[in-house]
Amino acid sequence: MGACKVHIPIKSISIQNLKVGEMMKYTIKKDPHKDERVQEIIDISGQNIFSCYQCGRCSSGCPMAEFMDILPNQVFMFLQEGDVDTLLQAKTPWICAACFTCTVRCPVGLDLAAVMEAIRELQLRKNYDYVDPYNVEERDILPPIALVSNFRKFTP
Amino acid sequence: MGKKIMFYPGCTLKGVAKNLEDSTIESARILGYDFVELPNWTCCGAVYGLAQDSVKFTIANVRNLIKAQQYGKEIGDNRLVAVCSMCYNNLRRAHIDVMKNRDKLHTLNIFMDEEPDYEGNINVLHYLQFLKDDVGFDNIAKKVKTPLKGLKVAPYYGCLLLRPDEVAIDDREDPHIMENLLKTLGAEVVDYPLKNECCGSYHTVDKREYVAERTYKLVSIAKEVGADVIATSCPLCFFNLDRRQEIAKQKHGDFEHMPIVYFTQLMAIAFGLKSEDVLHFDRHYISPREVLAPWL
Repeated sequence: MGACKVHIPIKSISIQNLKVGEMMKYTIKKDPHKDERVQEIIDISGQNIFSCYQCGRCSSGCPMAEFMDILPNQVFMFLQEGDVDTLLQAKTPWICAACFTCTVRCPVGLDLAAVMEAIRELQLRKNYDYVDPYNVEERDILPPIALVSNFRKFTP
Repeated sequence: MGKKIMFYPGCTLKGVAKNLEDSTIESARILGYDFVELPNWTCCGAVYGLAQDSVKFTIANVRNLIKAQQYGKEIGDNRLVAVCSMCYNNLRRAHIDVMKNRDKLHTLNIFMDEEPDYEGNINVLHYLQFLKDDVGFDNIAKKVKTPLKGLKVAPYYGCLLLRPDEVAIDDREDPHIMENLLKTLGAEVVDYPLKNECCGSYHTVDKREYVAERTYKLVSIAKEVGADVIATSCPLCFFNLDRRQEIAKQKHGDFEHMPIVYFTQLMAIAFGLKSEDVLHFDRHYISPREVLAPWL
């Protein structure tokens, strides 16, 4: 696979110190088909990430997009380019609320929520705690389903 | 005694959402149904696991379905009604999942050796579906004692009643089931464009500012389209929309509070069940007592 450059608009500063609205230079280095972690994401999610053609419908309907550093369609761009490292550093998979709005609207039938879960799983399966269950505020007023669902998504 | 129907309450109804549980059971009683709690039910897990290579999120739900299978034979009915959106979604997804993927069911049946195998005959229903298809809105209309005439309600479905497609209780982009029920109760239903948008869900634990932003948007738009209250069926949506108004108000000076209610509470009021034992308005952060006073 030859190297080429694409420009990706990034919304916030958390990825590689970019500023709002700044364009990001990006170089494709790896063949995603040979990347183990891309394959792992495909296996865990059961989704063919290569079928995404960047229509952007997922990002346009996403209720959490305003809080994300990488938009849902850009997640697929990074995956197709074999850049799992960027995704592992991104906030986006941890901001997805698994509301399935994108999943039901995707024209090629990709379950984006499952792909976000797979990216989280890559880290959670290494015994990573995104949320520390022992340090939760408002424990006395939070409904049990809030705690159960949060810990299920954010702890191993 | 009415007809016995299996009822899956879920953990939240047993605690903070007592208002949802009691108004559901009591409204069903008025309609001639005796909602019997599924014996020895366990937590549904709240969110369904999306990893394809794991069965850990399916097991508790299949276990509940097996309990329903056994108890259903006793009472001669295979319907299992849940009213919490998360419980409904989980039980229904688990049922569909193991019916589609028999390997998964086989794995689970081997793992749960102490229980009988799941035969796949449990019909998981949300209370709204039960009301529409099994009771019928015309029969509900006959039981209305206090029509909610003049009350403007924004119906809020959230995510898990409508998505993913396989568990949707109505059209996922423009549902009408709750509207039709509320109209049957005499209420005026406003056209609420955000009725199927996410409230921020479990982020309320560790990112409550984000959820407060969602609440700000969802409640403000409901106000803009003229609603007096927002009606929901999910205890997590309820918590987020109700409790997170506190932060929304701190952050946005123009924010106006709005009470959040369960659709079952409105049903109970319309049926003439107005005691605190059924409605539990003390469980609300923003009390709906003032707004609902004309019908109480």
